[in-house]
Amino acid sequence: MTTVIDVANVNKTFKLHYERNQSLKERLLHPRSGRTEIFQALQDISFTVDAGETVGIVGHNGSGKSTLLKCICGVLQPTSGSISLRGNLAALLELGAGFQVELSGRDNVYLYGTMLGFSKKRIEQIFDEIVAFSEIEHFIDTQVKFYSSGMYVRLAFAVAVNVNPDILVVDEVLAVGDERFQAKCIDRIRRFQQEGRAILLVTHSADQVRALCDRAVVLDGGRMLANGDVADSLRIFRDALMQESVAHQTEGEAASIVVDAVTTPNGSFDVATGAAMRFDVQLTSETAYSGNFVMEIYSRDGVLICRTDRQSSPVNLRPGVNLVSVELPHVPLLDGIFDINVGIVDERGSNVKAWSEKVATMQVTYGGREGGLVELGALIRQQ
Amino acid sequence: MDDAASAPHHIASLADAPVRVVSARIGLGTRLSNLWGRRELLRNLIASDIRIQYKGSVLGIVWSMLSPAFTLAIFDLVFSIFLKNGIPNFVIYLFAGLVVWNMFFAGVMSATSVIVDRAGLVKKVSFPREILPLSNVGSAVVYFVIQLGVLLLFCGALGHAPDWHFFLVLPVTFACLCFFTAALAIVMSALTVYLRDLKHLTAVALQLWFYLTPVVYSYENSLAPALHKHGLATLYFLNPITLIVLTFQRTFYVSSTVISTVTHQPLNLLPTWSLGQYFERNLACLGGMIVLFLIALAIFGRLEGNFESEL
Repeated sequence: MTTVIDVANVNKTFKLHYERNQSLKERLLHPRSGRTEIFQALQDISFTVDAGETVGIVGHNGSGKSTLLKCICGVLQPTSGSISLRGNLAALLELGAGFQVELSGRDNVYLYGTMLGFSKKRIEQIFDEIVAFSEIEHFIDTQVKFYSSGMYVRLAFAVAVNVNPDILVVDEVLAVGDERFQAKCIDRIRRFQQEGRAILLVTHSADQVRALCDRAVVLDGGRMLANGDVADSLRIFRDALMQESVAHQTEGEAASIVVDAVTTPNGSFDVATGAAMRFDVQLTSETAYSGNFVMEIYSRDGVLICRTDRQSSPVNLRPGVNLVSVELPHVPLLDGIFDINVGIVDERGSNVKAWSEKVATMQVTYGGREGGLVELGALIRQQ
Repeated sequence: MDDAASAPHHIASLADAPVRVVSARIGLGTRLSNLWGRRELLRNLIASDIRIQYKGSVLGIVWSMLSPAFTLAIFDLVFSIFLKNGIPNFVIYLFAGLVVWNMFFAGVMSATSVIVDRAGLVKKVSFPREILPLSNVGSAVVYFVIQLGVLLLFCGALGHAPDWHFFLVLPVTFACLCFFTAALAIVMSALTVYLRDLKHLTAVALQLWFYLTPVVYSYENSLAPALHKHGLATLYFLNPITLIVLTFQRTFYVSSTVISTVTHQPLNLLPTWSLGQYFERNLACLGGMIVLFLIALAIFGRLEGNFESEL
């Protein structure tokens, strides 16, 4: 496989100014005033991305993921280490950052396209495609300042994806536009994947990573915690999040809960569509804890099938070993392999206390002819 | 199916693609080749700059010809009626220097704050940043060419023929002007990110600089004797704009010595160098300016690493 992005031992430090003295007077009068502190935003990051791969970068706020992305795009220079790229790269750090509002949509397509590094000829060839994708045919010769924010963003996204870069870098911009446009963007990204282009996606949505990525890199406090399989990386990401939330809690609450095992009464995770299924989850808690139990079922291509109600599934854990059982009266899934995540969240259902990713795998067999993910048992009659 | 079929081709062609290094520091050679590779962006930025300037005005780009023409007409009126300095066709002399100064001033002044003004772009889109100040210089060049056209029209209207031989020297002089303006524009745009006062300081410094350059006065007539006496002439010529202005004045105004229309005494306006001497000096100047331009790029490279955290 051809490596298209090679990040080698990248470090990035920032100087934090406590007093921003940028005027000459300030500098002359108080040359030493204003403490500065070195902040290490990235610490020895190394990973590669091959052609055709989609890699997600996950991490919570301030973990350095945007800094890393900016280094890769060349907006920021790393303090040390090197980043090599092969092929051309289009970065969507902020949609429409290069737009000149006084100019028409048409002029901006050319300006933005050349800014992303594509030739005028190339843009001319795909101009109609860009306009069609953005769905603003009627307004293409209107000044961009009269555009609605949705139109603005759509045009910018249309330019960036239609120039067909070898590497597409996306920073949480998929959350724009209405649902239909978002679906169109996701669809375009999937086409990119099929065409063997590399995509680097920054997000804090674990669902998006599961749905789109082949691999995930987890950043925390500027360090790389994981780089590998999506499920493994997400587990490490969740663990890191949890440690953080434990650290933020008062001492009395700082109990650790561990998911020990998930078993079934007969030891088998194979089930037929429509049959009942029961999981026994064994949890060890250090102290007593009242919260909610959550279970997630994912399909193998990362679609969340179901997440149980995390606000009204209360469990009162005692210190020591606890057993929680989950009963599915009849499994509506069609055949396939499904991954199961379980965890404990607090009473409001917002903070995760314990989490175990891919703790079990369920195999469903189906004898009928319905297709898709679930059996609806549809009855079709001519009236 | 089409997509799937094209995938291997795509990957195969990628294997041959050159590897670009986005490392801690970009060398001067890479910097120059990056700049050359992005010349279309430069052209687009200049075009959009000019388009925005005249957006919504009825006459549009015609204004860029009209306003210097009006300036010229007003100067003509003022210097032939109120401020008689005895120099025949003084407007031509004045305007020959002024086109040079205007380009230098516009280029440096607009570039000084360009990176700060377009922080949103600089922080979010990757491209060689020096293109921003260079695009300001580029639009200054466009206006310069238009003003030069106005000057030639005026020469024709006044029946004053330029010295056509000097058009051999002018390209070199023009290159000097471009490289010098670009060098200063690049350095100032980067420094202003760290010291916001520079925007205002530059405005003041350029005003002083204007009077250190023989645009509204004649070097030979008013300064040369005193400077030579104190041995300061070399110092005066350290200002590259001086040589450039003198060459333009020599080209368009032609006569080095004129008979004053007021005192009827001979007046020395311009140095009495030969065409060859002008050429030599301009070539030497060009060499210096290119070196200066490269130094400016290197300085920019050192400063741009922290743009993101300073903007």
